[in-house]
Amino acid sequence: MDTTVEKKYTFKDFASDQEVRWCPGCDDYVILRAMQKALPEMGVKKQDVVFISGIGCSSRFPYYMDTYGMHSIHGRAPAIATGTKLANPNLSVWVITGDGDSMAIGGNHFIHVLRRNVDLNIVLFNNEIYGLTKGQFSPTSLVGQKTKSSPYGNTQPPFSAGELAIGAQARFFARIGGNTPKEMTQIFIEAEKFEGTSLIEVMQNCPIFNDGCYDEFTDKAVREDKQLFVEHGKPMIFGKERDKGLVLKGLKLEVVTIGENGITQEDILVHDAKEQDPTLHQMLVRLHYPKVTGIIRSYDDITFDERMDNQIKEVKRKSNFHYTDDLFFSGDTYEVK
Amino acid sequence: MTTTKINPQPKTLHAVVIRFVGDSGDGMQLTGTQFSDTSAMFGNDIATFPNYPAEIRAPQGSLYGVSGFQVHIGSVEINTPGDEVDLLVAMNPAGLKTNLHAVKPGHTIIVDTDAFTKKNLDKAQYDTNPLQDGSLENYQVIEVAMTSLTKEALKDIEGLDNKSITRSKNMFALGMVYWMYNRSTDHTIDFFKKKFSTKPELIEANTKVLNTGYYFAETLELIPNSYGVAPAKMAPGTYRIIMGNTATAWGFLAASEKSGLDLFLGSYPITPASDILHELAKHQHFGVKTFQAEDEIAGITSAIGASFAGNLAITTTSGPGLALKGEALGLAMMIEMPIVVVNVQRGGPSTGLPTKTEQSDLLQALYGRNGESPIIVIAASTPANCFDFAYQASKLTLEHMTPVVLLTDGYIANGSAPWKIKSVKDMPEIKTNIIHEYQEGWHPYDRDEDTLARSWAIPGTPGLEHRVGGLEKDRVSGNVSYVPDNHEYMVKIRAEKIKRVQNSIPELKSEFIDEGELLVIGWGGTFGSLYSAIKSIREKGYTSIGLAHFNYINPLPKNTEEVLKRFKKIIVCELNNGQFAKVLKLNFNDFEILQFNKIQGLPFGNEELIQKFKQLLK
Repeated sequence: MDTTVEKKYTFKDFASDQEVRWCPGCDDYVILRAMQKALPEMGVKKQDVVFISGIGCSSRFPYYMDTYGMHSIHGRAPAIATGTKLANPNLSVWVITGDGDSMAIGGNHFIHVLRRNVDLNIVLFNNEIYGLTKGQFSPTSLVGQKTKSSPYGNTQPPFSAGELAIGAQARFFARIGGNTPKEMTQIFIEAEKFEGTSLIEVMQNCPIFNDGCYDEFTDKAVREDKQLFVEHGKPMIFGKERDKGLVLKGLKLEVVTIGENGITQEDILVHDAKEQDPTLHQMLVRLHYPKVTGIIRSYDDITFDERMDNQIKEVKRKSNFHYTDDLFFSGDTYEVK
Repeated sequence: MTTTKINPQPKTLHAVVIRFVGDSGDGMQLTGTQFSDTSAMFGNDIATFPNYPAEIRAPQGSLYGVSGFQVHIGSVEINTPGDEVDLLVAMNPAGLKTNLHAVKPGHTIIVDTDAFTKKNLDKAQYDTNPLQDGSLENYQVIEVAMTSLTKEALKDIEGLDNKSITRSKNMFALGMVYWMYNRSTDHTIDFFKKKFSTKPELIEANTKVLNTGYYFAETLELIPNSYGVAPAKMAPGTYRIIMGNTATAWGFLAASEKSGLDLFLGSYPITPASDILHELAKHQHFGVKTFQAEDEIAGITSAIGASFAGNLAITTTSGPGLALKGEALGLAMMIEMPIVVVNVQRGGPSTGLPTKTEQSDLLQALYGRNGESPIIVIAASTPANCFDFAYQASKLTLEHMTPVVLLTDGYIANGSAPWKIKSVKDMPEIKTNIIHEYQEGWHPYDRDEDTLARSWAIPGTPGLEHRVGGLEKDRVSGNVSYVPDNHEYMVKIRAEKIKRVQNSIPELKSEFIDEGELLVIGWGGTFGSLYSAIKSIREKGYTSIGLAHFNYINPLPKNTEEVLKRFKKIIVCELNNGQFAKVLKLNFNDFEILQFNKIQGLPFGNEELIQKFKQLLK
């Protein structure tokens, strides 16, 4: 793949001339800016970048990016993006989706794109609510959550995006708060580098219909104590004082304090995002305290597009059929004089 | 061995219909294909149709497990696989029971008497043995103990298991039929050599059984003579026998090569369309990408994604699948992206009759989307011209930047016929609307003055970055627009774009006569049935009848009204409850449009059409 860039881009090169129309205070602005900042760092040519979205607030995203883009139909962006990537594996293809788009109406495409490991990136704006249709519960809304369509409280248990994704064989899963743009930018860059389907779940606040849904993890005052930002090869330490960490006790993760009960930094688990076995990654995804953010899983595997490309090259190499005439006039033909 | 008395028959025949029937595992499709290929190579015109059960491994000997293959060969032009059967080869009682009704009285039935056991008769729900109870006295029944004769013939060949021995009895039957119709066994023996190249004992065994059947028929005094069906007059050239679905797949291969665009198929398996997926999956050597998706929706949307990236993108399906693709087809229409949707129609509604033919998706193809969303709809009408219309669908979609639905149906998709092979170099040019560089003032919805097709900017091209989407867009900039007047303008220009396709398609021609008493109108897969029926009624003196057969449904050919005007009566014949008749009534309200509809999952029969036409020509 030729990804050399002659021109050094800035974030302005990726901003389209369209007025951004999300509600004031929405985390979507943060995500947009983080993406526009990440792209110049990725080493891709602007003309090779494609954003494909479904339907929902998040899915207006492509209109604001000065790249190739398609605002498609509800839930289908992963399937469209699969076609785009297979047709031209040189492209950097991004899917922009929300919790309803990817896990309700588009659930089927979401799990299959992960299973196949198509080399594209999915940014999942998870605000645990339907915004564009004005406030119904989504497949990630909590039980008991009162919404327009659940005035007495939601009775449907939620999906955990990460668990669903890893269950569907996701090779790359990252989670990030909607108010941490620096880390988000870095994760976007890592996702682009990763060859395979990268899923980034953004805990995105909806200030209108589900305001504060992530406050207990993302509020600036508590974030360092409540979030564990994992990095491959580094011990899983968190807390304002950097004194809390994770250890494995039996089949469960446990939070311990360094310096108490004889615990030292050496006892803390070291994050291995590249491990093939997803057991520990699933446990990290499930953890409520601390909420694990960062790149939780990043297992290198052959991609679907590469497999297909290799197969076609191999078949072409072995075949005597180069033009359709070679096929049409082969086998049981006969002459009429 | 007993038989009823045989009447003398003429030695030369113009056309013959033969049907091979047996258990699903009896190899009837292979037997039928071998006979068809051999006859085609001899120079006959042919048409074939397989008829197999929906169950993959139906219980042996059961009525619903019967598999059949019909072939119509002639020294004259053959347009259908034929209605009534001249020769039935029945390998078991169930096959006889389910197919006897199709045999012309006085004509021949060959049976394997070894299969007429008490057990098989019970399974076929016969109270008495039809070979003994006189119920077949109106037919010439040739009783042959095929299974035991096959075993006898193979007793000295080493390395054969019992199953292989019994399975080759279909070649005994084929050998007999080859002798009866003066056909050489060479082609089939060559076939054995290729198919069993690593198993010499199977080549020897099958050849021996085939020859034994052939010599058996020759020495059998019960067969009075063999018949000849002379070569047909066909245009000189190189031919092959092709199935409709294969021809469709190859049409796309040709269009891909001609347009210089890689072919992408996104598809989800569905009867009777899956064979197009199977065929294209074989041709990765041409760079074809076939993507078996997770569902029908992903089938079409992956194709839309591939089209966005500059491929010639197609999706294949049948009725219920088209229903699922409706929303995505609307998107492709809205973003004015080239894509071909092949709908191999089957009996509907809902799951309907998956293995049977029907033409009942026409209105779905025309109108099955939300909003004002006209697209191009065309239909193939014979197994061989599926090639031409797949090619034409590709050309139209690329040149006009709009989705095309190509309608075929189970009848022509599974049927086969001789195809005079077309080389890509002889096919018409395909011009795409691709633009390669930015020019001052370019917008993604800039239109060609003549066709109104928009320009096609493909990701990877510097300077042409742009967004498309399902929201309404400004007529100039292509940006999202909710302006009322603009929406009306865009709806109308998208409709006008489809209307202008009339300038790219041929005018309608009436077959046989240009004006007269009765115009028969058909569309799509009924061409063969209508054409043959009209030809035969004309031979009987009813000459004021013509045929206007439509391959272009939306838009209709420009001169449609003129053609209709020249006839006193118009009847639309279709395998549905009157869908094309509705379309014509909507478009032309000056005519009385009569209808002849059949909705039985079956093609039109020659006789029923002739009866109907005679009534109208009185």
